[in-house]
Amino acid sequence: MTVELGQITLLAALLCALCLGMFPLAGAAFGNRRLMSVASSAALLQCFLVALAFIILTSAFINQDFSVEYVARNSNSLLPMGYRFSAVWSAHEGSLLLWQLILSLWIAAVALFSKTLPEYYRARVLGILGLISVGFLLFIIFTSNPFGRLLPAAQEGLDLNPLLQDPGLIIHPPMLYMGYVGLSVPFAFAVAALLGGKVDSDFVRWSRPWTHVAWAFLTVGVALGSWWAYYELGWGGWWFWDPVENASFMPWLVATALIHSQAVTEKRGAFGNWTLLLAISAFSLSLLGTFLVRSGVLTSVHAFASDPTRGVFILVYLGVVVGGSLTLFAIKAPKMIQGGGFTGASRETMLLTNNLVLTVMAAMVLLGTLYPLLIDALNLGKISVGPPYFGLLFSWLLVPLVVALPIGMFSHWKQDKLNRIAGKLRWPLVVAILFGVLTLILEREVSWISAIGVAGGAWVIGGSLFYLGQVIGQNKALKLPANVIAMTLAHIGLGIFLVGLSLTSSISTEKHLRMVAGDQFEGAGYVFEFLGTTVVNGPNYIADQGEFVISKDGQEIARLFPQKRSYAQGGNSMTEAAIDPGFTRDLYVSLGEPLDDQGVAWAVAIYHKPFIRWVWLGALFMMTGGLVAAGDKRYRRKKVAAPSVNATRTAKA
Amino acid sequence: MTPTRKRRLTAVLVIIIGVGIAATIAFRALNENMLFFVSPSDVKAQNLPAGKRFRLGGLVAENSLSRADDSLAITFVVTDGPGSVNVSFDGILPDLFREGQGIIAIGELKPDGHFKATEVLAKHDEEYMPPEVADALEKSGHPMSGKQKSGKGQ
Repeated sequence: MTVELGQITLLAALLCALCLGMFPLAGAAFGNRRLMSVASSAALLQCFLVALAFIILTSAFINQDFSVEYVARNSNSLLPMGYRFSAVWSAHEGSLLLWQLILSLWIAAVALFSKTLPEYYRARVLGILGLISVGFLLFIIFTSNPFGRLLPAAQEGLDLNPLLQDPGLIIHPPMLYMGYVGLSVPFAFAVAALLGGKVDSDFVRWSRPWTHVAWAFLTVGVALGSWWAYYELGWGGWWFWDPVENASFMPWLVATALIHSQAVTEKRGAFGNWTLLLAISAFSLSLLGTFLVRSGVLTSVHAFASDPTRGVFILVYLGVVVGGSLTLFAIKAPKMIQGGGFTGASRETMLLTNNLVLTVMAAMVLLGTLYPLLIDALNLGKISVGPPYFGLLFSWLLVPLVVALPIGMFSHWKQDKLNRIAGKLRWPLVVAILFGVLTLILEREVSWISAIGVAGGAWVIGGSLFYLGQVIGQNKALKLPANVIAMTLAHIGLGIFLVGLSLTSSISTEKHLRMVAGDQFEGAGYVFEFLGTTVVNGPNYIADQGEFVISKDGQEIARLFPQKRSYAQGGNSMTEAAIDPGFTRDLYVSLGEPLDDQGVAWAVAIYHKPFIRWVWLGALFMMTGGLVAAGDKRYRRKKVAAPSVNATRTAKA
Repeated sequence: MTPTRKRRLTAVLVIIIGVGIAATIAFRALNENMLFFVSPSDVKAQNLPAGKRFRLGGLVAENSLSRADDSLAITFVVTDGPGSVNVSFDGILPDLFREGQGIIAIGELKPDGHFKATEVLAKHDEEYMPPEVADALEKSGHPMSGKQKSGKGQ
C-alpha cells in the first residue's frame, strides 16, 4: 500500500508546485498581495510532500519490497544496510526523485530565508522556482515513476550495480545535486529581476550568498565524483573527460564566472547584463547536463537510461526554460542599468579576463561534448573526442587565468597604476620562479610544462598570502572581513589544485605486469612484493584478495589488499583497488584478472601517484571559501535595512 | 572618435581576435583528437590505412581469446557477424571483458592487418551495451542486437 501513497504524495506535490508556480507570479503581475502570500506555505508544503515521497521510496528499499519494480531492479536481499539508502538514487527514477527533493529543499530554504526581500521580488523568485519544480514533477510522474509495481512480485532483486556499492556513491550524488539544483536559485533571482525590470546591485547582493552555497556544493560534488572514479574504477585516473563529467564541469565553470561577475556588479554596478546571462547559462547547463545524462544520447558510464520519451521530455523542458529565459533577457536586458566605467589597469579588467577565460573554457567543453552528437546527426559517422583535445585547450586557457588572478587581487577597482601593482607582485613572482626552479631540480622526471604549472600554483598561493598579509597590515584589528578570507581560501585552493594537477600528470608512473606469488617489482623507489591471493567472503560477494607488501629502503611501509570481487547476483565482477594514501604520494595496486586456471598468476596494475591528493584538497579549500563567503555578515546586516526598501517598493506599486 | 568609443572599439577588436584564435585552435585540436567509430565490416569495406587511430567496436568472438604465457599480451577477435578483425593488446582488460560481450577497442591497424589496441573498454554492467556497438550490430543484422535490447526484462 505504502508505495501507492508515494505516488499520491507526488501528485499532491505537483498541485502544490502548480500553486507555487502560478499564484505568486499572478499576484506580482496584478498587484494582488493575497495571491503573493501563497508562496511560502506552498513552498513548505511541497517540500514536505516530496520529502515524504522520498522517505516512502527509501523505506521500500530498507524493507526490501521487491514488489516495487525500481527496488527489484536496483537492490537485493544481501545488500548491506548503508547501500540500501544509496541504492535509492542509484538509477534513473530515484536519482530524479533526489533531484526533486533537493530542489524542494532549496525552494523551502528560499521561502524561509528571504522574508526581508521586497514582496514583489520574493513572490517572483518563488514563483519561478515553482515553475521549475512543476516541470520536474511532471517529468517524474509521467516518464520516470519510481513507485511502479511489479506483477507478480519478484522473489529476489537484481542487485545494485557493484560499482555503486561504495561509500563515495552515498555522498557524491547528493552533494553534486545540491550544487546543480542550487544554481536554480540564482537563475530564479535573475529571471525575477528581469520580470521586475530592475537589475541593480541589490538584486545581486541578495543572490550572492545563494550562488556561493550552490557553487561550494558543486565544487565538492565534482571533486567527490573524481575521487570516486579514482579509487573505484581501479585504473588510477581521476578525470576522464567523460561526457557526464563534462556535464557537471560546465555549470561549475560558468558558476565560477558568475560569482566573480556578481562581485563586479555588486561593487561597481558594471557587468549587470552579463551577470544575468551567466546566471541563466549556469542553470541551463545544469539542465543540459541532466538531458545529456538521462536521455542516453551520449556514450558514457552513466548513461544507463536510454528511453526516447524521456529524452524528448527533457529536451522540451530545456527548450522552454532556456528559450523562455533568454527571450526575456533579450526583451528586457537592454533597458537595464549600465555600470560605472573602468580603465585597463583595474580589478574590473582582471575579472573580465577571468570571465572570458572561464566562459571560453565552458564553450570548449561544450563543443567537445556535443561535437560527436552533431557529427552523428549529420550522418558523418560516429566519433568520440579524445582527452588530448581537452588537455591541450585547458593547459593554454589556464595561462591567462592564472596570470591574471593575483594581479586582480592587488588591483584597485575602477582605476589603478600598473607600476603600483607590479611593485606589490614582486614577491609572489619571486616565490613562483623559486618553486618552478625547485621542481625542476628536485624532480628530474618532471616536464617543463609541469614546472610552469607548479610555478603558476605558487604564484596564485603566494599572491593570495601576500594579499592577506597586506589586508592584515592595513587594518590592525585582527578581525578580517569574511570576503577576504573567503577569496584567499578559494584562490589558495586553486593554487593547490594546480600544483597537484601539474605534478601528478607529469611524474605519475604506472606498470601493468604479470605476477605470481613471491614476485617483486621495483618502481619509483618502492619495492612491491606479491604474496599471493586468498578467497574472502563479503556480505554479497566473494573476492580473490591479493596481498602486497610495499617497502622502501628495506623498511616495510604498507600492506595492501586489493580485491577482485564477484557479486552473487548479476554475476558482475569488479576490481577493488587498494591504496596507501599520502600527502605527497599515493601507492595504488589493483588486481586485473587471473592469468592461468590455478589462479596463481595475476595481472597486476601498480601505480605511483605523486601529489594526487592535492587535486581534491584544492577543491576542499575552494568549497570552504565558498561557504565562508556565503556566511559573510554583510549580507545579513542588510536585512535590517531591507524593510524600508520593501516599503518604498510597495508604495510605488 | 571619443576616448570611450575608442576604448570600446579596442575591446571589441580584442574580443573578436581572441575568439577567432580560440576557435581556430579549438577546431584544430578537435580534428586532431577525433576518433571515428568503425565496425569490423567497415574495416574490411573501407580499406583503412595502417597507423590511423580509431575506435573498433563489436563482440569478442567465442573461443578467440589467447594469452601469452609470460606477459600480459593477449589476442582476440572482434566481430559483428559478417566482418571480423584480429586484435592484440598488452595490458589489463576491463572487468566485464568476456567472450561474447560487446567491447570498444581504441588503437590502430598494423601493416599486417591486425588491430593493435592501446585501450579496451567494456560495458559497465551486464545490461549495458555501448550504443555504437548496438547500432553497428543492428546494421549488420547480427542476432545479438535484438537479444540485447529486449533480453533483460525479468
